[in-house]
Amino acid sequence: MAIIRIPPVLRPSVGGEREVTAEGATVGEVLNNLVGAHPATRDQLFGEDGGLNRYVNVYLNDEDVRVLDGLDTVVSGADGLVILPAMAGGASLSR
Amino acid sequence: MTQSGSELLRHVKEQIKEVDPSEVAQLLGEGVVVVDCRETEELAAGMLPGALHIPRSYLETRIEGVVPDRSQRVILYCASGIRSAFGAHTLMADMGYSDVESMAGGFTLWKDRGYEVQVPRSFTAEQRERYSRHLLVPEVGVEGQQKLLDARVLLLGAGGLGSPTALYLAAAGVGTLGIVDDDVVDLSNLQRQVIHTTDRIGTPKVDSAAETIKALNPDVAVVGYPTRLDASNIMDIIQGWDIIVDGVDNFPTRYLLNDASIRLGIPVVSAAILGFEGQLSVFAPGRGPCYRCLFRQPPPAEMAPSCGANGVLGVLPGTMGLLQATEVIKLIIGAGDPLIGRLLMYDALAASFTELKVRQDPECPICSRDPNEIADEELGVFPDYEAFCAASG
Ligand SMILES: [Zn+2]
Repeated sequence: MAIIRIPPVLRPSVGGEREVTAEGATVGEVLNNLVGAHPATRDQLFGEDGGLNRYVNVYLNDEDVRVLDGLDTVVSGADGLVILPAMAGGASLSR
Repeated sequence: MTQSGSELLRHVKEQIKEVDPSEVAQLLGEGVVVVDCRETEELAAGMLPGALHIPRSYLETRIEGVVPDRSQRVILYCASGIRSAFGAHTLMADMGYSDVESMAGGFTLWKDRGYEVQVPRSFTAEQRERYSRHLLVPEVGVEGQQKLLDARVLLLGAGGLGSPTALYLAAAGVGTLGIVDDDVVDLSNLQRQVIHTTDRIGTPKVDSAAETIKALNPDVAVVGYPTRLDASNIMDIIQGWDIIVDGVDNFPTRYLLNDASIRLGIPVVSAAILGFEGQLSVFAPGRGPCYRCLFRQPPPAEMAPSCGANGVLGVLPGTMGLLQATEVIKLIIGAGDPLIGRLLMYDALAASFTELKVRQDPECPICSRDPNEIADEELGVFPDYEAFCAASG
């Protein structure tokens, strides 16, 4: 089980929550359970090949799971997951 | 016991160690802290290279901030070796420092003997007053303030993030500020874009920002670029700047900026905001990962809300813009640990900061290569670029 931090752009897909919990022994299982509970998150997290989209980073605590074991990275109860999609809010230079 | 001044000096000199300028010349840069304890007005003729400045009248109150380790070897000097002798005696006898010496003959003898002298840029009386609170901070001081005045910082946008950043960098005395913005001031901007004013609605933002900056600090030169940053002008615009402050609201420009800044070796202090959340990181070519290492690809347009039509809490760009300004100043004066290889997330509703590691990607399509090999046609390009730009209009 892990607590997952939901970024603003995904919150509408999880009923507006900033954090949700999901079961699972690996990062992949936790995210699959998140998708099971909130199907609208699927296309934002996963590509057609079942892998994480390249524009979404997932961190186990403070480390990118891509430098760990990816979706196979083992999760324990005290861990937090952070979903971080690229964000580009700020000035408007080329509207 | 009553002593005359000369008796007291003789008495003090018997109890301290004096060191000859020839020995000090050998010790410079060898882990010895050299402190100039003359008054600020006496520094115009120069200082010993690398010396720190604490006026004698502040020695007792400021020495611990500069030399916290009481076993550190310290050499004090003044103009002739008298004030530094008293200072050395005080630090040893009353403050517990164990290895403080006074340079015999002071700066006068040092200069007469022809040893190297570092002439600081002379601040005007007004500048000494304006930057006095910086000059008192050991990490800034005279040297750091000179670096700030010599620095050239380019701001992409005079909007929500750029407004507070520009204001504080101008106040800090960053000598040249560039501003790229093709927009005009709109009433709906003023909830957060604090560099502009109600009576300047309809005025180009670069002009409005320049006016505010001039009124705040006439030391600052402003270079305005009332244009949109694109592949045709980016290399010309960003060339020659020391640091770029990025707060642009769209992915094509972010990737373009990343690639061009890697090619030119210019660090980028980057922030993004959405709703109640902000992100901040420093991308320094050669010292850490780049934006593409963090996000190999931008999200598709339908999943990438841009700021234009989205709401933002007015103070949030203020918070993030000032964190950017702080990182800019740290990079200029070389103090502290810059936010390189780290991403700071700020959640205003939770009042919490989260820090994530950003790793350099050995397969990064841009920063893993020789910067000279990045071609013009490659700048800002990513898979699906055409589709992205068509969809985002
Ligand atoms: Zn890179």
